Amino acid sequence: MSQFLLSLFSGIFIGGAAGFLGSLMLPKRMALAAGPLGHLALPGIALALIYGFDISLGAFPFVILGIILIWVFERRTKLPTEALTAVVFATGVAIAFFFLPIEQAEAALVGDISSIQLNDAVFSIILCIIIFFVVKEIYSKMTLINISEDLAKSQKIDVEKYNLVYLLLIALIVALGVKVVGGLLTAAIVAIPAVTSRNLAKTIAQYKFLALSFGILSSAFGIFLSQLTMLPAGPLIIVSSAFLFLISITLKR
Amino acid sequence: MENVILSVENLNVKLNGEAVLIDLSFDVDEGDVLAILGPNGAGKTTLLKALLGIISYEGVIKWRKGIKIGYVPQRLPFIRDVPLSVKEFFHLENAPENEIKEILKSIGLEEEILKKKIGDLSSGQFQRILIGWALASDPHVLLFDEPLAGIDIGGQESVYNLLERLKEEKNLTILFVIHELSIVYRLANKVLCVNKRMLCSGVPKEKLTSEAISNLYAGQVKFYQHKHKGQESL
Repeated sequence: MSQFLLSLFSGIFIGGAAGFLGSLMLPKRMALAAGPLGHLALPGIALALIYGFDISLGAFPFVILGIILIWVFERRTKLPTEALTAVVFATGVAIAFFFLPIEQAEAALVGDISSIQLNDAVFSIILCIIIFFVVKEIYSKMTLINISEDLAKSQKIDVEKYNLVYLLLIALIVALGVKVVGGLLTAAIVAIPAVTSRNLAKTIAQYKFLALSFGILSSAFGIFLSQLTMLPAGPLIIVSSAFLFLISITLKR
Repeated sequence: MENVILSVENLNVKLNGEAVLIDLSFDVDEGDVLAILGPNGAGKTTLLKALLGIISYEGVIKWRKGIKIGYVPQRLPFIRDVPLSVKEFFHLENAPENEIKEILKSIGLEEEILKKKIGDLSSGQFQRILIGWALASDPHVLLFDEPLAGIDIGGQESVYNLLERLKEEKNLTILFVIHELSIVYRLANKVLCVNKRMLCSGVPKEKLTSEAISNLYAGQVKFYQHKHKGQESL
C-alpha cells in the first residue's frame, strides 16, 4: 500500500474516533483538557523519537501519568482542575525540551502522519475501532453522567467506573492523536469537530454522527492538502477542521 | 408499624468535615406526602441525596425491601449543553416506547413534544418532563427537590395539580423539598422542618405554628420571601 493511503487511512480513523469521543467531552467541559494532556505527552514523544519507537507508545504512559498527577493534586489541594492542569502540562513541555531532538521537533509538536509505518497504522486503526465501540457503548450512560451525576447515581449507574473508562479513552485518543497532529494540537482534533457538530445538531443522534463525520472529513482534507502542498498534515487538518467550523456558524440558524 | 416505607434513625451527614445534618430521625408511611421545609443551607437537598444513597452518611436509612425510588433533582444546568430531544432524554434510561407515551399522557403532554429539543422547552414543560422521567422507572416513591423553583405561577399551579393527581392515580409516596407554605398545606399530610437538626415533625396544620415557622427561619427575612438558590449563589 502506498505511503499516502497508509497515512490517509490512519488519519481518518484517528480523526473520526477523536471527533466521536470529543462529542462526549464537550458537555463535560473536558474538550480542552486534551490539549494539556497532549503537551504533557511531549517527553514521551521525545523519547520515542530518540529511540525510534512508535510515538503513541511513548505518549500513552505520560498521558496516564498526567491524569493521575492532576487527580492526586486536585484531591490534595482542592485547587481548580484547570489551574493544576496548567502546572502539570507546562512542566511536561519544559522537560521535553531538555532532550527533544531539535531536528525532529516538528514531528513532536505538530505530528507527522505522512511517514507512518504499516505496523503502526494497523495498530492505530484497530485501537480506533475499539475506542469507537467502547464510546458507543458508554454514550448514553456518560451523557446522563454529564447532565447530572446525582441523577445518574439515582439510576444506580456506577459513575466512578464510567469516569475511569472515559479517562482511559481520553488518554488513548490523546496518545493516538499526537501521531496525527502532534503534542500541541491534540485539543483541536477532539474539540473542533464536536463544537462544529454542536452548532448544527438538533438531536444527540445527529450530534454524534456529525462529530464523527467532521473528524473524518477534516483529517481527509488535511492529508490530501498536505499531499498537494507538501506542508505538514497536522496543521492542515486543524485548519480544515476550523474551516468546517466557520461554515457551520454560517449555517446555524 | 407495617405501613412504614422509610425509617430514618440518627442520620448524620458531614460534607467536607462540616456537619450538615445532625441526628435526624423520622418515619414515612406508604402513601404519605412529606414536605421538607427549611431555610437555605439547612441540608434539605443533602437529606434527599442521603435518602437516595448517593452520598455517604452515618446512622440508619431503611427503605422497605424492593422499593423503587424516582428522583427529580432541583436543576439540571448542564442539560442544555447537550443537543438532546425529549425522546432521547427518555431513552437515556431505556424507557420503552409505549411506556413513554403512557407517561406523557399522565404528565399531561402531547406526543409531539418528543421531537422537541430539551433546550426549547418552557420551565413548566421541562419540570413535567423531569417528573415523567422519574416516573419511567415505575417508582413507589418520588423524591422531589423544589418542584416549583424557577417556574412561573401558571406553571406552578399545573405542576402542583399534576403532583396531586399522580399521587391519587399511582398511590405514590412523595417526599419533597418546598418553600411555598400554601402548597405544604394543600398537598402534604406530613411535614419535616429541618435546619441541620430536626425542628418539627408531624401534621402540617398542627406543627406549623407561627412560632415553629419563625423558629425554623430564624434570622432570615419572612419565609415567603425566600429566594431560590440560583439567585443567591455567586
